Amino acid sequence: MVAFRFHQYQVVGRALPTPGDEHPKIYRMKLWATNEVRAKSKFWYFLRKLKKVKKSNGQVLAINEIFERNPTTIKNYGIWLRYQSRTGYHNMYKEYRDTTLNGAVEQMYNEMASRHRVRSPCIQIIKTATVHFKLCKRDNTKQFHNAKIKFPLVYRKVRPPTRKLKTTFKASRPNLLM
Amino acid sequence: MPFKRFVEIGRVALVNYGKDYGRLVVIVDVVDQNRALVDAPDMVRCQMNFKRLSLTDIKIDINRVPKKTTLIKAMEEADVKNKWENSSWGKKLIVQKRRASLNDFDRFKVMLAKIKRGGAVRQELAKLKKVAAA
Repeated sequence: MVAFRFHQYQVVGRALPTPGDEHPKIYRMKLWATNEVRAKSKFWYFLRKLKKVKKSNGQVLAINEIFERNPTTIKNYGIWLRYQSRTGYHNMYKEYRDTTLNGAVEQMYNEMASRHRVRSPCIQIIKTATVHFKLCKRDNTKQFHNAKIKFPLVYRKVRPPTRKLKTTFKASRPNLLM
Repeated sequence: MPFKRFVEIGRVALVNYGKDYGRLVVIVDVVDQNRALVDAPDMVRCQMNFKRLSLTDIKIDINRVPKKTTLIKAMEEADVKNKWENSSWGKKLIVQKRRASLNDFDRFKVMLAKIKRGGAVRQELAKLKKVAAA
């Protein structure tokens, strides 16, 4: 599989212990970032909005990358997100079919960029979940919930197997049918 | 012209681009409009874009996402390997591979064989011409 741009991290952190509070509560967050450094930064960004703690008076206890448990089965992923458009913030729910959650998240970022011109810093993922096929809402994903799925490939432009064999001009019209 | 080769569970396809170029794989499930979950007896199940696959005429009888052993058994029953190697497409690929792997001595032998064959054809042609002229 191609390398994913967005990795899923689990970041665990807490405020630093003070004389007033010897054992501050530990918080865990699962988030998506391109690398660990950014993951930690995002963790503090979100935690600041939820609790009265900043990076300067807190500590990250653990950061681990989360990998897909079953990358060989297809799942329906529902992603709830909050994004900033040119005129304000909106919430959205999108569904994707993919084998891994990272793949679905990557699809989401690409789709938001293409359909709504929203760049990745302006997107916050609220929640992700694997959705049972009976609970899927979008027709686009529901149309693939068919055990006897069958469709032809209509416009078959066959690529040269290596880029070296690519030619600008062809002697005869390529056969698009198969 | 109605379509004859469909993307369906059990369709055998040839990978025509990328790392697994030339491998025969079975479509085991469809992810979405552009991708399929694809499996072969000697590789980990992975997803592939349809642009990388060329569908063949061979189809085997499996359920959605079978276990590896079930897949191998179904492929044996449908005799995919022999059907492929006896099909004209499969035979062409085998010949191409053989030609690409010839060494210089083999190419010399091929050259001699071609000359011999050309000579035999021309002799017969000359005989036929003589008969036609007479």
